[in-house]
Amino acid sequence: MYSGNKAMRDAFGDALADIGAQDDRIVVLTADLTDAIKVGKFKERFPERFYQMGIKESDMIGTAAGMAIDGQIPFTSTFAVFTTSLANQAIRVNVAYNNANVKIATSHGGVCVGADGATHQAFEDVALMRLIPNMTILVPCDANEAYKATIAAAKMDGPVYLRFGRIPSPVVTGADDPFEIGKARILRDGKDVAIVAMGAMVPAALEAASILAADGIKAKIVDMHTIKPLDENTIIESAKECGCVVTAEEHTVLGGLGGAVAEVLAKNLPTPLRMVGVLDTFGESGEPQEILEKYHLTYSDIVKQVRLVLKQK
Amino acid sequence: MKQKRMQGNADLQKLTDLAQQLRRDTIRMIHHAGSGHIGGALGLADYMAALYGWAMQYDDLDPTDPDRDRIVLSNGHTCAVWYAALARSGLIPLEELATHRRMGSRLQGHPARKAMPEYIETSSGPLGQGFPVANGIALSLRKRVSQGRVYVILGDGELQEGQVWEAFMTSAHYKLDTICAFINYNNIQIDGKVEDIMGIAPLADKIKAFGWHVVEIDGHDTASIVAALSEAASTKGKPTAIIGNTIMAKGVPSMEGDAKWHGNTPNDAETEAALEAVGTNNRFKDFPIANRA
Repeated sequence: MYSGNKAMRDAFGDALADIGAQDDRIVVLTADLTDAIKVGKFKERFPERFYQMGIKESDMIGTAAGMAIDGQIPFTSTFAVFTTSLANQAIRVNVAYNNANVKIATSHGGVCVGADGATHQAFEDVALMRLIPNMTILVPCDANEAYKATIAAAKMDGPVYLRFGRIPSPVVTGADDPFEIGKARILRDGKDVAIVAMGAMVPAALEAASILAADGIKAKIVDMHTIKPLDENTIIESAKECGCVVTAEEHTVLGGLGGAVAEVLAKNLPTPLRMVGVLDTFGESGEPQEILEKYHLTYSDIVKQVRLVLKQK
Repeated sequence: MKQKRMQGNADLQKLTDLAQQLRRDTIRMIHHAGSGHIGGALGLADYMAALYGWAMQYDDLDPTDPDRDRIVLSNGHTCAVWYAALARSGLIPLEELATHRRMGSRLQGHPARKAMPEYIETSSGPLGQGFPVANGIALSLRKRVSQGRVYVILGDGELQEGQVWEAFMTSAHYKLDTICAFINYNNIQIDGKVEDIMGIAPLADKIKAFGWHVVEIDGHDTASIVAALSEAASTKGKPTAIIGNTIMAKGVPSMEGDAKWHGNTPNDAETEAALEAVGTNNRFKDFPIANRA
């Protein structure tokens, strides 16, 4: 399907147009960001099922909930940071408490907006969504997974939060690889350390594993594409097998993937754990790569944390 | 039994009798629950009676009929009078009214869709948040080519929420003429008079400027309510807002217009006095309350 480098938001746009052709209950709402989140293809093919809502995110989410309650399958589309903060109350009451079948699709998760700066960088979106009952959270790691996550979200009944990256990122999963909501994927086996990663940090984790392998350290790479419901079994089994864990996310370590894994391990199998992620801070303007380096979100940061956690075993 | 949409001439006496009974039910529910929002609920009794007694299409034997009319109570705190209307329309058992605000009840302190999805389209309570859902339902009804209408009810204080104006924009932009909004304009909110807390006047001009058809009425006059609902249904190409000039706690003179009765619960003596003021009608029996002290 996709290979090389490809932006997840593009795959989302493709998937939406494909599933839209199969199911006419699929409707798409956007808050003045048709092109930015790549819903233009759907708009072109199904203009009568495309709803421009203007720059009013809460109203978009509430309207989508109403459409879902009457039997449609709405996908809302805007940036991660606007959806989860501006429209948080609408997501909580109109979508989640109603258990309305709304798919909250977002782009620009993490630092990938780069030069736009801190106001536009979503560092806490996944944590905010984790706190809300009934919510399923999908953070695909590449374009192929973004495509499959979109289709899977459309096919399941209930609220889903989808987080996509903006910039082209390495395609590391195959077109035929399975994708099941709530079932983490082992992308590389290893017995020395388990690296549990989400989103664009999965390719970084694979790169880190190659570097570690040169030193004889075998890392298991877990692609945690579903943050909720979390695949606790895979986390516990991986921790048991490897004896130490590193998490990696383009997101704050508070309440996101790192926090979620820490909760599981503390309750079930206390295991040395280190986290790669944003450390309770706002971002700033810069090229995405510059920001990833400054905020310690690269493969070399994962390598560094692995070496530290190995000493804690 | 099926009630068809706005069938024939409304029986005004029947509707005013129903409204008075909704008031009795509301007072008894809130007294029995020990908490609730009595003032706004009493003020909405006349409108609610006109909706369930004449305007709305629904069928207790087929509650999820896709062409039924819908209510979205955006000012969810006034739900006691809605629950009473559901019971008096035969949609829920009368005895259930005694469970309002109790653990396990379908009649939650604020409307909960989870409890009764066939009648409660959306959970509401956080102000400003019901209205957008009503627009979404209306958009979906249009997509399905259904004649169903959507009645959204808003408090006047609620209009201070910016999100309400976002929703006003959406209904007008999409020309949702199946939407009828009722604004319970009693000029009272928790902290005092709306005009003192954060003014919303000139309300009719504002809503008109947002592209709506606006009708201003005495929100307690059943004939005016029925006429406004008819006008809303025959207005095409734009949504209609009915600004109902109301008196908070209407029907109980000792409570009328006093902000204290937004959220206070009447004690036993106040309850007796309120019920006496509302009066009885032998068309109705009060709902039973078990183990009442």
